[in-house]
Amino acid sequence: MVWLRRNLFSTPFNSGLTLLTLYLLWLAIPPIVDWLFLQATWSGESRAACEPNEGACWAFIDARFNQFIYGLYPSEAQWRVDLAFILLGVLFAGFFIPGVRRSWIAVLILIPYPLVAWILFSGGSWGLEEIDTAQWGGLFLTLVIAGVGITASFPLGILLALGRRSNLLVIRSISIGFIELIRGVPLISVLFMASVMLPLFLPEGVNFDKLLRALIGISLFQAAYMAEVVRGGLQAIPKGQTEAAESLGLGYWRTMQLIILPQALKLVIPGVVNTFIALFKDTTLVLIIGMFDFLGIVQAATTDPNWLGTAVEGYVFCAAVYWLFCFSMSRYSVSIERKLDTGH
Amino acid sequence: MKRIFIAALAATAMTATTGASADTLSTVKGKGFVQCGVGQGLPGFSSPDAQGKWQGIDVDVCRAVAAAVFGNAEKVKYTHLSAKERFTALQSGEIDILVRNTTETFTRDTGLGLDFAGINYYDGQGFMVRKDLGVQSAKELSGAAVCTNMGTTTEMNAADYFRSNGMEYKIVAFEKMDEVVAAYDAGRCDVFTTDRSGLAAQRTKLKNSADHVILPETISKEPLGPVVRHGDNRWGDIVRWSLRAMKNAEEMGVSSDNVDAMRADKRNPSRNRLLGTVGNMGEKLGLSNDWSYNIIKQVGNYGQMYDRHLGPTTTINLPRGINHLWTNGGIQYAAPIR
Repeated sequence: MVWLRRNLFSTPFNSGLTLLTLYLLWLAIPPIVDWLFLQATWSGESRAACEPNEGACWAFIDARFNQFIYGLYPSEAQWRVDLAFILLGVLFAGFFIPGVRRSWIAVLILIPYPLVAWILFSGGSWGLEEIDTAQWGGLFLTLVIAGVGITASFPLGILLALGRRSNLLVIRSISIGFIELIRGVPLISVLFMASVMLPLFLPEGVNFDKLLRALIGISLFQAAYMAEVVRGGLQAIPKGQTEAAESLGLGYWRTMQLIILPQALKLVIPGVVNTFIALFKDTTLVLIIGMFDFLGIVQAATTDPNWLGTAVEGYVFCAAVYWLFCFSMSRYSVSIERKLDTGH
Repeated sequence: MKRIFIAALAATAMTATTGASADTLSTVKGKGFVQCGVGQGLPGFSSPDAQGKWQGIDVDVCRAVAAAVFGNAEKVKYTHLSAKERFTALQSGEIDILVRNTTETFTRDTGLGLDFAGINYYDGQGFMVRKDLGVQSAKELSGAAVCTNMGTTTEMNAADYFRSNGMEYKIVAFEKMDEVVAAYDAGRCDVFTTDRSGLAAQRTKLKNSADHVILPETISKEPLGPVVRHGDNRWGDIVRWSLRAMKNAEEMGVSSDNVDAMRADKRNPSRNRLLGTVGNMGEKLGLSNDWSYNIIKQVGNYGQMYDRHLGPTTTINLPRGINHLWTNGGIQYAAPIR
């Protein structure tokens, strides 16, 4: 009661605002709950099943759930995707087992794991049926693109940031040139170039995978942004730190590795995670080069004549899933910040 | 600016592809499938079903070509193209055939290094209004607010139509089709205009679809059909005659259900030629002589294809109109196979 009086009804004006807000909530929430849950249809074979009810047609999500997760990946091979993601989960769990060297796990995740995952996903060896990347899709594709983009752009971005601050003219100009060139164009045009223009200039028959082209495009693009975020951190480290390291006899790489980067990267965690989240959402742009990521496959499914008119449900579902992923990333970054907080 | 860019694109495309891929048929036979460019989701033309298989009359044209070439309609791989990249994908050789509800026009045919190989659907821009408005004809729409997509030819066509008929109008334009439909459904405008096939598909999204009527006027010509690269005439012939075989089959009453019986019954010479029991029509295309039998058996005739994706049993339920055969009052007319 005291809290209420102090915070919501402290002055007549505030009381008025509180009442108005409550009134607006009272107007807005019941219809939303009604649409989302009470009047909704939860299962059915086509939109016709939803016609009698006023609310959302979740039957659409229910019927197409598998497609939204795996895209057009053949259903008899979907265990391969599951297996790869379970493997990744097991590896990550290793981080939390005491006594296991973390650097070993990191090496495992960075070097053999992508290869194993690639073989599992695309097949063609180990007796697995080959599956064209054109059939990859859904949330699976979104996670692959985001995962590769994040793991590739982070180290690349650090190198570019160091390069931009280098004393060597050639390295510095290359880094600046690359960063400014990439930052000066929208991602959509990078993707368009990679997917549409590139094949025009390649000789006939030399046509490497569209997904690979997109992955390279996205990684380079995000690396340029990452470089600027990391550079912000590097600039915040006082020059004295470098000088102290040098006076201890440390070389450039050891100075960076042991003194500068640990401090700089800690400072820029919010910025880095911000870039990751942006990247995660930017993956939806691959639709323009004909790949059905999570949002793309949902949009495509709403054009099925049996499910016409379910676009709103599709978008609400997408929004919820994207929010879930982005919010988890953001919470995870907060927890890392806390863990690394040394109080200065 | 945009035109210069497209022209430059086309020029690079043509220099890049001359000489190369001149013989699409052998390339296709070599790799074992037809790479077909379709849309990213358009009801009735190309959309994924619950099993993730693509369905629609554009998809079926691809399947017909695969049936003609390989005797197996499933030997198709799809590339899902946006409107922007569709022509470049064809020019660069990434796809063998483009069937993405693409309107045949003069500039596309002559300027982009492309050939149109027949028409699988005659579309045209139309109007939809609420029944209770009591409007019988688009000529009565003076003063109407018109909902449409932003920056498309649809918007221009509508403006031209109203102006040339001396009628007042107000355009209410939106970026995405779903927004247009929502605005029309909410009563923000009196008229909704887009291609007739689109009107029929979008109508099913409305709250009470029976309360809306599509007016009889068609204000633009949008002949939609498969596209191939200019200069590879044999491949163009295969695509063209695959589509014609489906129309001829409907005209002769041959469908996927009765094709085997019709093939055994050799009394009708023109039907024998269609089904490859006499002559060597297939060889002349570089295919086997049962090419058109395979199309009809596996994909069906034109009418079956239409009914399956747009006909009265579907939710789209688009009246066939001018897409009836010429024998039925429409303009679908295929040259004979002889």
